Amino acid sequence: MFTWIDTILQGVMLGGLYALFAMGLSLMFGVMRLVNTAHGDFVLLAAFAGFVITDTLHVSPFVAMALVIPLAFGVGYIVQRGVLNYTISKDPLPSLVVTFGMSIVIQNLLLELFSADTRSISAGGIETQSIPLVEGLAVGVLPLMIFLAALAATLGFQWLFGNTSLGRAFRATSDDREAASLMGINNVHIYALATAIAVGVLGVAGVFHGMRTTIAPTDGPAQLIYAFEAVIIGGMGSFWGTFAGGIILGVAQAIGFRVDPGWGILVGHLVFILVLLFKPSGLFPKTR
Amino acid sequence: MTTLSATTVARETTHPDFQVERATRASRATMVAGALLLAVLISMPFWADSSALRTFTEFACFLVMAQMWNLLGGYGGMVSIGQQAYIGIGGYALIALGNFAGVNPFICIPLAGVVAALLAIPTSQIVFRLQGGYFAIGTWAVAEIYRLLVANASVLGGGSGTSLTAVRGFTKAARESITFWIAVAAVFGSIALVYYLLRSRFGLALTAIRDSEVASESQGIHVKRTKFLVYVISAFGFGVAGALYFLSNLRISPDAAFGVHWSPVVIFMVIIGGLGTIEGPLIGAILYFALSKIFGDYGTWYLMALGLVAIVVTIRFPQGLWGVIAKRFDIRCFPVQRRLKF
Amino acid sequence: MAALLQTHNLTAFYGDFQALFGIDFEIATGEIVAIIGANGAGKSTFLKTLTGLIKTQKDAVQLEGDGIGGVPPHDLVARGIAMVPEGRRLFPSLSVEENLTIGAYAKRGGPWTLERVYATFPVLSERRRNPGTALSGGQQQMVAIGRALMANPKLLICDELSLGLAPVVIKEIYEAIPKITAEGITAIIVEQDVAVAKRVSHRLYCFQEGRVSLTGESSKTPMEDISKAYFGI
Repeated sequence: MFTWIDTILQGVMLGGLYALFAMGLSLMFGVMRLVNTAHGDFVLLAAFAGFVITDTLHVSPFVAMALVIPLAFGVGYIVQRGVLNYTISKDPLPSLVVTFGMSIVIQNLLLELFSADTRSISAGGIETQSIPLVEGLAVGVLPLMIFLAALAATLGFQWLFGNTSLGRAFRATSDDREAASLMGINNVHIYALATAIAVGVLGVAGVFHGMRTTIAPTDGPAQLIYAFEAVIIGGMGSFWGTFAGGIILGVAQAIGFRVDPGWGILVGHLVFILVLLFKPSGLFPKTR
Repeated sequence: MTTLSATTVARETTHPDFQVERATRASRATMVAGALLLAVLISMPFWADSSALRTFTEFACFLVMAQMWNLLGGYGGMVSIGQQAYIGIGGYALIALGNFAGVNPFICIPLAGVVAALLAIPTSQIVFRLQGGYFAIGTWAVAEIYRLLVANASVLGGGSGTSLTAVRGFTKAARESITFWIAVAAVFGSIALVYYLLRSRFGLALTAIRDSEVASESQGIHVKRTKFLVYVISAFGFGVAGALYFLSNLRISPDAAFGVHWSPVVIFMVIIGGLGTIEGPLIGAILYFALSKIFGDYGTWYLMALGLVAIVVTIRFPQGLWGVIAKRFDIRCFPVQRRLKF
Repeated sequence: MAALLQTHNLTAFYGDFQALFGIDFEIATGEIVAIIGANGAGKSTFLKTLTGLIKTQKDAVQLEGDGIGGVPPHDLVARGIAMVPEGRRLFPSLSVEENLTIGAYAKRGGPWTLERVYATFPVLSERRRNPGTALSGGQQQMVAIGRALMANPKLLICDELSLGLAPVVIKEIYEAIPKITAEGITAIIVEQDVAVAKRVSHRLYCFQEGRVSLTGESSKTPMEDISKAYFGI
């Protein structure tokens, strides 16, 4: 019995990481209708950046995270303003091909810099620490941190969108970009901020990912698919929905792994397919 | 007097003094060139060496994929980054039918296409729930699912793959020649298929849907059915290409068959060559293939360059290389539009 | 009176298609100028050049003497041009109050605040939490006007305020205009309803196929002349 609760608990924690991956994807799509197929590769970029910082400067991964976040923010801003802004239109093809191109460039750049060997960010022991909950049940410190970070990110995004001037600008621009510009909103800058925030969060997610498991340059596509499935399962238009989607995906995978290690990921995919077939708008969509 | 009134009558009735024309001078020249090329190609197994035949076969696979991706994405408006699902299905259908069902491996090629098309039917019901960018990633996720399913199937060789044993009964020369001829047939067949499809009412419907689904539906076009048919036809093409590729390769594995490396290559061929034309993917395939043979050794740098070129072409030259040429010289080798000639 | 905004030989194109052929226009501070004309006459295009949605030569449009052609829309808001767009174009994802608040995004500062907008249009205060588009047509128009006022503009442009509204509602809306302009906001009013336009404005311009076919003082220009100019007879 406990093993199942333990499995679900692990799944929830894993889901936190997926939710962190998915937040940015959800944000970019919500504000700009832009799907970033390089999203997973940005995770790896952040993870490798974290690795380089901890490896060369011998600092704690959290210091590395503090450095990677503003870097990621800047990269996101520049990429959007310099490249992706030229692809925003009703036609999804340009943004798809361009982000796909970025994905290839990032993966091969990482391969050149780091070769295909796997790396890991050493977290100085917290990877193995756990907090006991009840007799026979414990939760890992690192997974718990990741889950709390995801919770904080969701709350943060929700608050940003609902209560701030920037959030209003995001919503207005996504509603009607021309009318928004008539209000004094600089679309180019707003879009760039959206991507900056989306990639900035990946600074956290990527470093956590590198602490949690080994990383390789070509891991990007897999993370993209998890992020994407989390968004679809949860439903578009709401950050809490994305959070829930991540949790559900994590739990599904954990249950799958418990049943048979080869089927872990597949069970997650299965849940995704089922949601698409029977509730295509997701489990917690926001109706507009 | 009678003549006068007859002429007056003629002018008052609607006699159009223009013609509707399809063929252009360039297209007629292309037809002739194509026929000559076909003759040369058919003769090749009798005088060309093994590696030349293999190279062309590999090129043929890429060309068919480019044409089929263009059909789906450029004309059908459905951008997929997961067509490798059908490459894999085609390849493994070849293995399953050839190794286990004892079907002649060469006959398996078109059969593999049919298998891919059949599997595309339920798959479309899943991916069609999504639109635009999410549709694209959805197709990718589906390809991953197929990969995992096959990798977990030990009867198909599991994660490390297996070999095509069904060709053991043929000599190397015979195998390579027949494979080559099938490749030639696939090249001409795929171009002909897309060309005639687009010149038909179906093609007109596709163009209309691409411009506006709502308007098309209101004109009586069955949007859903048309898109479904395009998706299935494209799957068929990819299945054939996949089977052909692994017939030539003789060895298959889930990563090689369903790997994520296929899509960038196919998409870049079409984008750089020119989306939404038949000439574009042809040029793109030739260009990509030639470049990869020259620069292939540079591996990662070559791929990075490819990615950057795709980014630049998409933003600055959305019509691709052929688009620039066609506009500059006003050439249409495979004209699918009709022109008014006064 | 000094001209607040002027255009000199303004032309505008949609690709290769020319929509405006040399428009000369001017409006002085405190004036209400109406622009009338049939559909397709170029009124909307003209407004788009004034608000930066369509680019023109730098000096073709001048605000207080400075050439503003080619300046992007969001910068023009900061410089004091605000528009009530045709069809309202409220933001469905924002509440009424949020729609009004976002009007002040450019932070120009001035007499128009949320309280003042609610005082001018009391019915909006009751519905402040509703989604912007869950209101009647007339109320949405009030929100759109309020939203533009929140930008504290020097020049307020109203594009087809009466579109899709019942006559009694149109009357109510236009009764609020003098309250608004009393404090020195200059207004350009584009109207399909010629009688309303004449009544509400000091001067008017009639557009016809991309050109100004008539201009004059509203009270002194006979309807007959306007009809001829309107239809290009």
